[in-house]
Amino acid sequence: MARIRTTVDGLVYEDDVEPRMLLVQYLRERLGKTGTVIGCDTSNCGACTVHLDGLSVKSCSVLAVQANGSEVLTIEGLERDGQLHPMQQAFHDNHALQCGYCTPGMIMQSIDLLGENPDPSEQEIREGIEGNLCRCTGYQNIVRAVQDAASKMKPGSAPAAESGAKQTVAGGGA
Amino acid sequence: MTTTENPSAAAPEVGRDRRRKEDRRLITGRTRWTDNQALTGLLHLSVVRSPFAHATIKGVDTSAAKQVPGVVAVYTAADIGADQVQLPCAWPITKDMKAPQRPALAGSRVNFAGEGVAVVVARSAAIAKDAAEQVEVDYEELEPVLDMEEALKDGATLVHPEIGTNANAQWVFDSGEAGSGGSVAEALQKAESDDDQIIVRRRFRQQRLVPVFIEPRSTVVDPTGEQLVMWSATQVPHILKTMLALVLGLPEHKLRVIAPDVGGGFGGKLQVTPEEVMTLLVAQKVGKPVKWTETRSESLLSAHHGRDQIQDLTMSVTKDGRITGLDVKLLADMGAYLGLVGPGVPILGAFMFNAIYKIPAYRFDCTNVFTTKTITDAYRGAGRPEATFGIERLMDEVALELGMEPMEFRRKNWIKHDEFPYTTVSTLTYDTGNYEAATDQALQMFDYDGLRREQQERRRRGDVKQLGIGISTFTEMCGLAPSRVLGSLDYGAGGWETASIRMLPTGKAEVVVGVSPHGQGHETAFSQIVADQLGIPFDDVEILHGDTQSSYRGLDTYGSRSLAVGGIAVVKAAEKVIEKAKPIAAHMLEASEGDLEFTGGKFTVKGTDKGVGIGDIALAVFAAHDYPEGIEPDIDAHATFDPENFSFPHGTHLCAVEVDTETGFVQLYKYVCVDDVGNVVNPLIVEGQVHGGLAQGIAQALFEEAAYDDQGTLLSGTLVDYTLPTAADLISFDTANTTTASTTNPLGVKGVGEAGTIASTPAVVNSVLDAIRHLGVKDIDMPTTPYRVWSAIQNASGHAGRGDEANVASPGAGLGSTASDISKGDTQGGHL
Repeated sequence: MARIRTTVDGLVYEDDVEPRMLLVQYLRERLGKTGTVIGCDTSNCGACTVHLDGLSVKSCSVLAVQANGSEVLTIEGLERDGQLHPMQQAFHDNHALQCGYCTPGMIMQSIDLLGENPDPSEQEIREGIEGNLCRCTGYQNIVRAVQDAASKMKPGSAPAAESGAKQTVAGGGA
Repeated sequence: MTTTENPSAAAPEVGRDRRRKEDRRLITGRTRWTDNQALTGLLHLSVVRSPFAHATIKGVDTSAAKQVPGVVAVYTAADIGADQVQLPCAWPITKDMKAPQRPALAGSRVNFAGEGVAVVVARSAAIAKDAAEQVEVDYEELEPVLDMEEALKDGATLVHPEIGTNANAQWVFDSGEAGSGGSVAEALQKAESDDDQIIVRRRFRQQRLVPVFIEPRSTVVDPTGEQLVMWSATQVPHILKTMLALVLGLPEHKLRVIAPDVGGGFGGKLQVTPEEVMTLLVAQKVGKPVKWTETRSESLLSAHHGRDQIQDLTMSVTKDGRITGLDVKLLADMGAYLGLVGPGVPILGAFMFNAIYKIPAYRFDCTNVFTTKTITDAYRGAGRPEATFGIERLMDEVALELGMEPMEFRRKNWIKHDEFPYTTVSTLTYDTGNYEAATDQALQMFDYDGLRREQQERRRRGDVKQLGIGISTFTEMCGLAPSRVLGSLDYGAGGWETASIRMLPTGKAEVVVGVSPHGQGHETAFSQIVADQLGIPFDDVEILHGDTQSSYRGLDTYGSRSLAVGGIAVVKAAEKVIEKAKPIAAHMLEASEGDLEFTGGKFTVKGTDKGVGIGDIALAVFAAHDYPEGIEPDIDAHATFDPENFSFPHGTHLCAVEVDTETGFVQLYKYVCVDDVGNVVNPLIVEGQVHGGLAQGIAQALFEEAAYDDQGTLLSGTLVDYTLPTAADLISFDTANTTTASTTNPLGVKGVGEAGTIASTPAVVNSVLDAIRHLGVKDIDMPTTPYRVWSAIQNASGHAGRGDEANVASPGAGLGSTASDISKGDTQGGHL
């Protein structure tokens, strides 16, 4: 077991974890953060995408111990005081989801994309989210949503949770 | 008493592009996927699966696995009776159909790679998986059965020796015998001896696909309560519940099935799975809640596949372009067993090969074949994409042989808008449609003539990137289905749907539906319908579904039936609410029922300003202090709707691709589709359904294939190998609608869920071939990957790449590529 201290969606958690435990398993099984989901076992689908210290990662490809001392932001931490993140709002406004299973990862990746490139072309958006698979939408409305969010988000603005104050939560048992 | 203005009275909800009610929980992560279930004391399962396609099980040693710390139990098939189960097939297509036993876990023989043979129960999923690797299974390998044509030959290895054949059933429709048209045999005979006719024969291959819903399947069973509760990632909670009762002999009233949030299905979750039954059996055995969640690789290996046909098509046609006969001969791969509706899937194609065309003589002859592969069953379109591909590829081929513009050939043969309703040669009656209108609009949006000019310029210049244009004019039958038609096809259930409306004392409505969404947006669309019907605000309607405790009666979601059947049940239930409310309204208004009219959510006395709202009546019957004698104080209603006909959406799809003649790479260039799906409840949802459908149909043409090697091992068993399209592989599609309202339901709606998938595949393949036909290429099997396209060009130009032509066809299909020939004349050139 290894002791880790990680900030997830603004709360600090301390836990003992198996060294082999994946970050996505830690989020889902230990913290109950089931908003982040698992869609494959080869890092292809991107459904489990979260932010680690402000950058998107596929949480199936990161060990929980690698998140020690880091800040993790999941889909569940985006909404602030009942206000949706502009990307969440844009996904809703543009009908960019159907079954919604890929949506958490797709939204987290799209936010990361705009962090790197605040004003992407359609092709840049398509390439920027190509590590995230959607089987329902044909991607067209996702591209529209990212364009819509880009027009509404000021360049460089990061979600509040990634710089917000923290509360500490005692470590859960195994 | 108060009467309130109805805010939505002015603007009807139906037809509005309402944003979806479902979205909020999905974009914030407050989801209820089956795998999210965390019950106290929950145990986890991992299935031990066969690496061999066909083998006898000589022994299973579970002792090492049982020693792994955290393991609760390890069961072989016999330990939990899983080998004695007969999983259900609800569609015995012929009286003498051969149906092998399909167990929940294999006891003595495995019949496809990936079949389960044992199951580990442990305190965590990770421990279960670790221990599963410690289970030693002693297999004695048998010959795999992989090629459908070989499988039907005398002396072939049998998948199931006990049934004596690899043929499941043969199903024939002959318009001469049915009286709906002439005899094809006679039509072809006549064409043979007629100098004014030609006969064109082609063989097409429908490759095997995997539905790949993004949420992997998962099942949780809690056996600790009075009712046994199953949560499952399924499209069909009602069918599942009834089938579990029938298959396992459980009392149906002691079962409750819940389909919580379900992450896509596309037909792939229209199944009663071995894993669902196994999970239930384990839960009963251990007496604790248990969960099984598959990995993606398990999903690709063991969840049902789709398509997989060999199509031999023959068309006779006059030299001026009139079709005189169509003969269809299919082989359809069932895989190792029969799925829930597997044998019926290709049979749905029997009604669709004649498509939008007037064909005087038609015959359809399909043989279903067992192989040692994963089973096939419904995948988006189910039988109709296969048929549409066949006919729309053939229409291009015949046009080519006639030297006729492909759209002109279609126009000459399709049903004209003033000929509806039209009874087809396959006996269906199309109620409405206008193929001319959809086509004209599509051609204009596409700039068809402009792209043809550009194509000619590129040809003339000898560009490396050649342009190809492909057409698909399609219709489909959906809204499954009139129960009497299903009965005539020996289907095991009806095709009705139900809805109940519960009027709450505060004027809100709970609407319980029997269809079970997994991404379609029922909560939004049905709320729009109810808002209009009852004249209450959209936000005052809650749609309840997917739990057999609240929704006890339903036939679930597939076959583009939810709106065209389920939505009409909602309308019928609302009509009953109004009917029940009327005498109470009359009583409250001290008026005669005959003087009342209901509009905008309010009963009013004609010619006065006296009125009472439906919400006031709901409150009045809740109090029940004063209501007319002889009626019950209740305006809730329940309705079941059985459609009188299928719905027949149609459309014209046009695709342009650039083919790099040096690399074989195909790039989508432009895609236009104009679909007629009848009246539209929510244009946003309709457009989304079309986009997603197109992506799946295009993916069949360009990217996807479940390929097996010569030992029966699935080569595309991960998402690295099974290539779903990414955003970067697709383009933005130009979509539009024309509208002819259906006349067989009160909303005038048709289905939309499968249209894009059914229509797009042949449009894309026709465009790829159109780009390189001038180089001598005649055909390319799907998916038209760069390697296949490049090889086709090399072979056609006499530079056979590395002499490995066979690889151009589906790996493991053993077919070479699609053979084709023209029986008369010299109309056939080289072929890949």
